[in-house]
Amino acid sequence: MSLVLWGPGDDLAHRHRSIMDDPGAAGRFGRFGGRFVPESLVPACEELEEAFRDAWGDPTFRATLNQTLELYAGRPTPVTPALRLSAELGVTLLLKREDLAHTGSHKINNVLGQALLARRMGKTRLLAETGAGQHGVATATAGALLGLDVTVFMGERDMERQALNVFRMRLLGAEVIGVSSGSRTLKDACNEALRHWVASADDAHYCIGSVMGPHPYPWLVREFQRVIGEEARGQCASLLPCGTPDVVVACVGGGSNAAGTFAGFVDTPARLVGVEPAGGAAMTAGEPGVLHGFYSHVLQDENGQIREAHSVSAGLDYPGIGPEHAHLADLGRASYLSVTDDEAIAAVARLARAEGILPALESAHALAWVLRAAGTPELPPGSTVLVTLSGRGDKDADQLARLP
Amino acid sequence: MTEESLETYLRARRDAGRALLVPYVTGGLTDDWLAYVRAYADAGADAVEIGLPFSDPMLDGGTIQEASDRALRRGVTPDRLLDEIASAAVEVPLVVMTYSNIVFRAGAKAFCARLAEAGVSGLVVPDVPHDEAGSLSVAATAAGIDLVLLAAPSTPPARLRSIAEESRGFIYGVTVMGTTGERASMPDSARSVAARLRELTTRPVLLGFGISTPEHAVEACRHADGVVVASALMRRVLDGATPAEVGSDVAAIRRALDTQVTASADALRQALGNEGR
Ligand SMILES: Cc1ncc(COP(=O)(O)O)c(C=O)c1O
Repeated sequence: MSLVLWGPGDDLAHRHRSIMDDPGAAGRFGRFGGRFVPESLVPACEELEEAFRDAWGDPTFRATLNQTLELYAGRPTPVTPALRLSAELGVTLLLKREDLAHTGSHKINNVLGQALLARRMGKTRLLAETGAGQHGVATATAGALLGLDVTVFMGERDMERQALNVFRMRLLGAEVIGVSSGSRTLKDACNEALRHWVASADDAHYCIGSVMGPHPYPWLVREFQRVIGEEARGQCASLLPCGTPDVVVACVGGGSNAAGTFAGFVDTPARLVGVEPAGGAAMTAGEPGVLHGFYSHVLQDENGQIREAHSVSAGLDYPGIGPEHAHLADLGRASYLSVTDDEAIAAVARLARAEGILPALESAHALAWVLRAAGTPELPPGSTVLVTLSGRGDKDADQLARLP
Repeated sequence: MTEESLETYLRARRDAGRALLVPYVTGGLTDDWLAYVRAYADAGADAVEIGLPFSDPMLDGGTIQEASDRALRRGVTPDRLLDEIASAAVEVPLVVMTYSNIVFRAGAKAFCARLAEAGVSGLVVPDVPHDEAGSLSVAATAAGIDLVLLAAPSTPPARLRSIAEESRGFIYGVTVMGTTGERASMPDSARSVAARLRELTTRPVLLGFGISTPEHAVEACRHADGVVVASALMRRVLDGATPAEVGSDVAAIRRALDTQVTASADALRQALGNEGR
């Protein structure tokens, strides 16, 4: 069989919209995105799209969300100048501190948005997939806050490496269901959550954890994470003489903290960099394909079977990448690179010792790229760089302690 | 097979008063998997559905997931399965079921042409709903492949109308809001999907998902033109049943349909005076 010259996105490629805007009824970001789900789920996706459009245009909904983010989740999170590390690297390094948000990562921004939306839609249950467990913990938290039942699907392999988060979710009253199929990681948890959703869409909202899945999810999750970039933009404006940083960096699993960060800077001259794990670099090592309802870059073999990602970080162990990132790469507006497990692990220790901040292994990928690039033409001396620190590292302590 | 399209073939049989029976097998599940296809044909299948396994079968329950995994672990590829199908010379129409990434990886045009070469006459891609089917349906038509669309209990009337119009071969009525898999009884939702579709179209309507016994098949065929039977048969294959044994399961369903459905359908058609549908 010949190689792809033709993808499902070609149909609608002409409907080009402005960057990081509304992807329209077909949910396309350039040639990527779409809604590749069984017919049974199409009405649920349509219902969600309509409800989101309505809520997002409703000042009352926005006010409730903003107030919840502020009074409950601790927003705005600060931007911290990393003074000692900056001096060591010869660049000005700023950290957007999502590790300080309630539950310890940026996942809470999206989850509070979706949970409020689910309640507005009259749903009584939340379903979620989780890799590192951060999205599961955030969903369990929002469920407890808003009185919604929560069921979290988690690969059995991830349950082992993130045992603390499994315990946290259960403590918060969520049901955690182990997934034993396939690679027993995030990809398989997504499959299982989607299967479960088919059977329960009437009363359950599938609270997807990243900018992936069928339309409207990639758009909706980016909008709920936009708060990261918008806050950071204002904070940079007051911290930096030049107003905007030269480079904005975030780690990419599905790509939600990166999408939210980039949304605040896409119309500035800042260079946007997404950092994937070397063992799960969908953008650079993957090819266009469909997984979990969307068309984007996906790790796959020559026959179209999805390949497993292999990363030390459970939250980045995903063979796909959100469709909008594939589009930003197509446009040349953002670039995507990868760092190795070892570089990420080294970055955890370096930040901990230099700044007294223990980052999540996921977030350490973004930092690892800065450590590698600083002083090279990629990031010349004197550059200003903003890194989104998507989460805190407590959840990884046990795993790191067991490393050889 | 003849040059006749899947739909023409199935319509003729349905119009002759026959309840349509389409059993499923996961391609490459065993070395002799084509023997199951032949056994189904001998047992009176009107067409056979062949799954090309995908690593992440989103719409499949445990049984077909296990069958897909097992086939993939044996190292099967879509290309080699289609080669095997091409050389098999089966006497009934063949319908391939697979997920969109298998199709798009090859390219929709190349994939459909390849199906046609292998003697396949229909294609089901459960994660391509009709809104996303545009280019695939063009490619299928060009290759002479009938692209079968699914309709679900949740499908609202306007979508159901488009699906009924755009589906080719037959319309695959999904009995339940859920995945494939054996079930103890036929849900009520099955009846309404079939009834709603039959009001909209004369195209054959087949019910599938969870049809596990001759009784279920008979019940389904009171409302639809036929059934797809998958997980119940795959469970048997996974448990080690031979082609002859699974073939006799299919024969039992065939017998039940022939004795219990056809007569009542004839009577019904006559009573309604619409034998010309
Ligand atoms: C702390 C942290 N950062 C990043 C990610 C990756 O997700 P995304 O790429 O959607 O931001 C995760 C996922 O679990 C996470 O827990």
